[in-house]
Amino acid sequence: MMKINKHLEERIMKGLMVASLALVVGSLVAILGTVLAKGLPALNWAMLTQTPKGGYYLGKEGGILNAITGSLVLVAAATALSFFPALAVVLYLHLFAKHNRLLDLTRLSLDVLWSVPSIVYGAFGFTLMLMLGLRASLLGGIIALALLEFPVMIRTMDEVLLMVPHELKEVSYAMGATRLETAVRVVLRQAAPGLLTAVLLACGRGIGDAASVLFTAGYTDRMPTTLLRPVASLPLAVFFQLGTPVPQVQERAYASALVLTVIVLALSLGARSLTRRLSRHIIH
Amino acid sequence: MDSAINDPLIQIQGLNVAYGSQLAIRDVSVDIPAQQITAIIGPSGCGKTTLLRSISRLTELVDGVRVWGKILFDGQDVYAPDVDVTEVRKRIGLLAQRPFPLPMSIYDNVAYGPRLYGVRQREALNAIVEKELRAAGLWDEVKDRLHAPATALSIGQQQRLCLARGLAVEPDVLLCDEVTSALDPISAQRIEGRLVELKTNYTIILVTHVLRQARRLADYVIFMYLGELIEHGPAEQIFQHPQHPKTRAYLAGELY
Ligand SMILES: Nc1ncnc2c1ncn2[C@@H]1O[C@H](COP(=O)(O)OP(=O)(O)OP(=O)(O)O)[C@@H](O)[C@H]1O
Ligand SMILES: [Mg+2]
Repeated sequence: MMKINKHLEERIMKGLMVASLALVVGSLVAILGTVLAKGLPALNWAMLTQTPKGGYYLGKEGGILNAITGSLVLVAAATALSFFPALAVVLYLHLFAKHNRLLDLTRLSLDVLWSVPSIVYGAFGFTLMLMLGLRASLLGGIIALALLEFPVMIRTMDEVLLMVPHELKEVSYAMGATRLETAVRVVLRQAAPGLLTAVLLACGRGIGDAASVLFTAGYTDRMPTTLLRPVASLPLAVFFQLGTPVPQVQERAYASALVLTVIVLALSLGARSLTRRLSRHIIH
Repeated sequence: MDSAINDPLIQIQGLNVAYGSQLAIRDVSVDIPAQQITAIIGPSGCGKTTLLRSISRLTELVDGVRVWGKILFDGQDVYAPDVDVTEVRKRIGLLAQRPFPLPMSIYDNVAYGPRLYGVRQREALNAIVEKELRAAGLWDEVKDRLHAPATALSIGQQQRLCLARGLAVEPDVLLCDEVTSALDPISAQRIEGRLVELKTNYTIILVTHVLRQARRLADYVIFMYLGELIEHGPAEQIFQHPQHPKTRAYLAGELY
């Protein structure tokens, strides 16, 4: 009797697991399939190499080079802007902060910040810009995205540094190194692949986000040239193109989505090979 | 029994170490002779590691540890408030139980200490790396792959690398905590051979579980039991004529 029950239990659990797996893989295939099937026919060379033509930014002709460039510039600048403060915070947490309530509170706040919807970052950025007398611009978008990426970056880096073996730091201390020397020469080196992953996770969150740049960066059919003018971005290109009543423009939305997906994919593949190279000396 | 040592390098005076409320070292006082091998022996959990690591102030890296008493190194109390702990650790090196290479190449592992202390010139670093790898008996095995990751070495080789890395800082004292216990017999023998050679230039303090190893290597012996120092003296005296019943019991294998 017991035995049959156990068998049954195992089979049910196994069935549930397989079903969940199928759901995950299935939705991935469905999403990618839709984007590919609808996006590929609309995708052409002009899409990638020209700015929009034929009626403002929702034109049926020309391309989305403005949005591609805009997104890349936005996310690169925002990631660079949040990286160094994030690294400083994380190193402080690990090297100098004592194990106490403040540390837990910091982590909790960051977790909350992480889960705050990105439209809130957009609204916050917008308020900040109003106070500073700024209009929707590349600068505003960079600031909003940097804020959005900040908690992701810190918490991921935090987890990465938690995995650095204590003994490794001790080896360095035992040779007379200070905390800072140990952090820079040993901890960061050991954590480098993980830190890179953290940066790319943050990039991924930044590049795909529409809500935070909606009010802060605005949109334009031009290429980004200065910090103080609005800038186009891929998520908003998808959003606006999909929102038009014109079927030809709607199809182009899938092409834009495809481009965005490919960029994200290229980012993570690039990260993988870089991570492998950085892992050469890592202690397991 | 208190055989005075001429010219002790390290004088431990009334040392206590507590982890939280648990006292791990109780009022230990002992002098450690220069340029000899001193073995700290005793049953598991008696405080050997704690005593050893207190000498270069590594115990204080543990949360909630309290240390009181004095450890004079060259006449200077390493626990005095105005002492620079990095300077203490520079002069008192540690070789741990399990080898932990730093996440870098073999070369960079050995060069880590010298670089920390400002050696930048390529030739100078090359010379140090070769000298210390030779001193650790690893040079011939790695001279063709100095820039390979240190993790590619076997455990025994890694331990010798850690020895070379520690020597490159040019300490006066080498603290060794069961440094052969993770190694195969041949590798262990090699490390032992190195230590015997190194004692002409270094003062070595060695924690060991293996009595035979203590007999082979030690010039001076410290026997601990439950955080207390029971007996200490020249090796032949402790091994041939132990005074305290606990020492006798431990040497006879009756005390764990
Ligand atoms: N990090 C720590 N936190 C709390 N207690 C500790 C810590 N390290 C050691 N102790 C305690 O201090 C006492 C002495 O430990 P220590 O490691 O110095 O003994 P040991 O003689 O080196 O033992 P072994 O031969 O097993 O290595 C033990 O009772 C141990 O439980
Ligand atoms: Mg021990």
